[in-house]
Amino acid sequence: MMSPLLEIDNLGVTFSTRRGLVEALRGVSLSLQSGEMLGLVGESGSGKSVTGFAVTGLLDKAGRITAGRVKFKGQDITRASGAELRNLHGANMAMIFQNPRAALNPIRPVGAQISDAILSHRRLSKQEARAEALKLLHAVQIRDPERRLDAYPHELSGGMCQRVMIAIAISCNPSLLIADEPTTGLDVTTQKVVMDLLARVVAERGMTTILITHDLCLAAHYCRRVVVMEQGRLVEEGAPQTLFRAPQHAYTKRLVASSPTATSRVGDLVPADEALSVLEVKERPTPAPGTPPLLDVQHIVKRFDDGAAAVADFSMTMAAGESVGLVGESGSGKSTTARMICRLIDPSEGDILFDGYSIAKLPARDFHRSSLRKEIQIVFQDPHESLNPRFTAFDCIAHPLLRLTGLRPGDALRSRVEECADRVGLPRELLSRFPHQLSGGQKARIGIARAIACRPRLLVLDEPTAALDVSVQAVVLQLLDRLRREDNLAFLFVSHDLNVVRMMCSRTIVLRAGGIVEQGESLALFTNPQTDYTRELIEAIPHIDSPTSLLPA
Amino acid sequence: MSLTETSSGLRHAVWVLRGNLVTATAAAGAILLALIAIFGPMLVPYDPVASDVPRALQPPSALHWAGTDQLGRDVFSRLIVATRLDLAIAVTAVSVSFVIGAVIGSLCGYVGGKLDRAIGRFVDVLMAFPLFVLAMAMVAALGNRVENIVIATAIINLPFYIRFARAEVNVRRNLGWVEAARACGDGHVSVVLRFLLPNVLPAMAVQMSLNLGWAILNAAGLSFIGLGVKPPTPEWGIMVAEGARFISTGRWWLVSFPGLALMLAVLCFNLLGDGLRDILDPRMRT
Amino acid sequence: MGTIGATLIRAGRRFLSSLPALFGVLVFTFLLMRVLPGDPAVFFASGPSAGKEEIEIVRKQLGLDRSLPEQLGIYLYDVGRGNLGRSMMTGQPVAKDLRQRLPASLELTLTALVIALIAAVPLGVLAALRPNSLIDHGVRLFCSLGVCVPTFVSGLLLIYVFYYLLGLAPDPTGRLDIFASVPPARTGFLMVDFLLAGDFEGWWAAARQLMLPAFTMALFVIAPLARITRASMLVSLGSDFVRTARSIGLSRWQIVVTYALRNAILPVITIAGIVFSTMLGANVLVEKVFSWPGVASYALDALLVSDYAPVQGFVLLMASIFVVVNLLVDVLYGIADPRATVA
Repeated sequence: MMSPLLEIDNLGVTFSTRRGLVEALRGVSLSLQSGEMLGLVGESGSGKSVTGFAVTGLLDKAGRITAGRVKFKGQDITRASGAELRNLHGANMAMIFQNPRAALNPIRPVGAQISDAILSHRRLSKQEARAEALKLLHAVQIRDPERRLDAYPHELSGGMCQRVMIAIAISCNPSLLIADEPTTGLDVTTQKVVMDLLARVVAERGMTTILITHDLCLAAHYCRRVVVMEQGRLVEEGAPQTLFRAPQHAYTKRLVASSPTATSRVGDLVPADEALSVLEVKERPTPAPGTPPLLDVQHIVKRFDDGAAAVADFSMTMAAGESVGLVGESGSGKSTTARMICRLIDPSEGDILFDGYSIAKLPARDFHRSSLRKEIQIVFQDPHESLNPRFTAFDCIAHPLLRLTGLRPGDALRSRVEECADRVGLPRELLSRFPHQLSGGQKARIGIARAIACRPRLLVLDEPTAALDVSVQAVVLQLLDRLRREDNLAFLFVSHDLNVVRMMCSRTIVLRAGGIVEQGESLALFTNPQTDYTRELIEAIPHIDSPTSLLPA
Repeated sequence: MSLTETSSGLRHAVWVLRGNLVTATAAAGAILLALIAIFGPMLVPYDPVASDVPRALQPPSALHWAGTDQLGRDVFSRLIVATRLDLAIAVTAVSVSFVIGAVIGSLCGYVGGKLDRAIGRFVDVLMAFPLFVLAMAMVAALGNRVENIVIATAIINLPFYIRFARAEVNVRRNLGWVEAARACGDGHVSVVLRFLLPNVLPAMAVQMSLNLGWAILNAAGLSFIGLGVKPPTPEWGIMVAEGARFISTGRWWLVSFPGLALMLAVLCFNLLGDGLRDILDPRMRT
Repeated sequence: MGTIGATLIRAGRRFLSSLPALFGVLVFTFLLMRVLPGDPAVFFASGPSAGKEEIEIVRKQLGLDRSLPEQLGIYLYDVGRGNLGRSMMTGQPVAKDLRQRLPASLELTLTALVIALIAAVPLGVLAALRPNSLIDHGVRLFCSLGVCVPTFVSGLLLIYVFYYLLGLAPDPTGRLDIFASVPPARTGFLMVDFLLAGDFEGWWAAARQLMLPAFTMALFVIAPLARITRASMLVSLGSDFVRTARSIGLSRWQIVVTYALRNAILPVITIAGIVFSTMLGANVLVEKVFSWPGVASYALDALLVSDYAPVQGFVLLMASIFVVVNLLVDVLYGIADPRATVA
């Protein structure tokens, strides 16, 4: 049997931080055969990226390998010197990183950067290196490569930058390629293109690859073996099919359950023993005929200063208690539409009727005085950003109550805030803490508690779980679903994640470049899309059931 | 603003000071300076203005810790008394600058548009002048008096605060929690005054401390060239000016001691500014 | 070729956008000087005891009997024609005085800037390359102290040490020994003129006179320049793209210089421009300490005898120089950073 290309033996890594020593990796052991593509999956704090950096010797200055060994091609490289590492880098092992535009030198043309990589390990003339760089740009399918050779990173899109990074990484034919979250931040269609390219390139050149990602479905789609990490430890490994169908470890079970797939349901997101108790859904009286819909958006348009339309002619209606999803890629205008409906910005044209009353005519800067302000509330995307750092959790939730319901500080206010905290599952002891003392999931709950405090009838959710770990997302989604059914809340759920939208919303609207491409009942739209764009979006989602066939058998 | 107690703020301040020796020393130094400024003139051994010509130009000794100047006056006493004037000028100028600049800058940063552009032009014009030159010209135009040094220093400091506040507000204006405040029922003015300013003030307070040092140097420089303060008033800059003629004949104490005083005062405020940043940033609280 | 064209367009646009500032400077200076206490006419007449008619005649000559906007118009017209008034002190047109004395100030300031950059940038880079080492702590300490010492104090102390104690420096008054001969004035810069005339002895004498004042001014700005270089270099070295460069296996020199330093130098260019402005201000102090015959000491002398035309001219000159310097810095930055837009 061939000896493994890479062997990690009981690796331990420690970081010295302001709060003392933090163990990032504990006893991680792994081996990789030549030509394999291994998926390394974990949430934040799992140590997956640290593993990648420890192998390539690119750990932050504060990090140190404190235990174990790393053997590459049979040689112990754990304590390799600077010169030895420089020999390894590029020619033997290479990395591609998470934020491709930041990973490229912003003031150097990309062609020069590729040439730098080539010239550092091969003896070629400058012209020869440039010709090589051009060939590489062809290989990573960059259109118009001659012109792009002299382009700067800020002139290229995120997807193109990542392709340039791939070109740099493969330029000296390394035997090992480590890809650290290569598609985070890219649109789902771009993600598919980049991952397909990567899989093809490494297969063609016989490179061994480690794909580090938080997305279990992505790893399952492209890798033949997946390893799950939690809190610096390796928890389970196996073929993707096995992991999904029969997970052994408790954490894997939770991770598999929380990863939204094409067929998962909200109730399944959290393992049965941890799920919220089943809810009794009360009978809702049907509204009398002739009553206006809760929300009626009529042909709203948003034009920005340069005349370009961010949103062009958007219309929709929503009934009380209904959940509608708004999906689209970056630049589709979904956030702008959500903010118009929530009256944080004004539409350039068109009208918005809430319960029959026109709310678009009232300018956004005065809307806070209207009595309808408390009926429409919004949950924001980034829980780290959406809470005032000088407010405690209590203050955050109390804020709308003080401003919009006339409650004064006292017992009534306190009990109402505590009630909201209980409903979102936030322990009461945490109410006196500041945002920086709370976790992402806890902050997300505060954001939701704040939004439901005034008992609104319409809740606009702008990517509420995009910044959360997948297991935390699962809990928050379940929570949101439950709240909606308890209060008969209407949801406008904006997201780029189609699986989440399919689970949470009965109706979906697909946006592209400010215009509606398709809309309809979620189930029908996802199983039988009518337009090419929607079909493209759905097919770009990585799923466990049909892994890409480009991998070597 | 916060419903919860902020007396924990004081406890936090003590915690930071205990953990950071340099900041603690700087804070102690600043307090010492303030005490000297307030009580110094009552405790000095000699009358700072009384000349005693036979005892002129004596090097430091047990009698005169910092020596005597060309009119026989005790340098040490003059140093102590000068603290009050220098500190008063700097503190007044910086405070005025800070308040006006913060409000104008915040409004510009939040509202944008025509107001922002107009103020921006005004700031550009002010900053086109080398600042010391501008101060010089202003004091010359307004009259050679101490009050005008304060006004000139305040005006030339203004652009920094305006730009700083504007930039800080600009960054925060689009943050999630500002939008959330509006969704929770706050109008624009309320958002600026109740939320943005308090979040901007800590960073600006750091600037203020750093500016204090600079204002002291500025005032001293203006009096060195003969503006504002007139003899026999003791002031660090003017003491250096009077002692300058004697340096090439080796009488170093006339220049060194006021220079040392200036340096220590500015150093204190600079280090304090760095320390303030740690205290006032709520993210540093455990 | 495209980049040169783009640079020129950018320079042109920046110049146009700096015109309002220049105009503002002119108006501001005008207003400043018109707020003078007392009646300027009295000063320009033969003295405080002059008769009323004489004062009226002088007032008419100075145009002080016209309305303020009219005065502004006349003022702008005069400045446009290069007429900055006449100095009482020297009896010459202010413009002529300034032109004669400007090279002295510029020589001093530019020499100081070069010295400061040569010292500060390597120090900052070294400190960033070896964080928490002795040299890092040394640089940081030096920077903390450096911004605290006033220029006039450091200048005087330097005189004390190098002239009085060590005897190395020449008598710290003026640009040249009164007994030395001045070279034919081609540029006005003594360093250049002496070289052009082939007079090496004279060149050395002038250089020795220049050293102490230039060092004093340089000391004043080494601290902020070193500080920004160090901070900028630290950011650069910790950035993602340097990590990428390491992951490719580039040589240490390439990583530090081509990748890290070239990016780190960008903020330093901006700060150097701002620092130049403070140097123009510090000119006043240094020229006074060393009796350097530049424009600043000229203006200062005029100020103290209530001769205001030179002060006005000086302020205008300094502001204009600064606007030009800002323009140059901007253009330089645009060349160095391809992300800077042409707008």
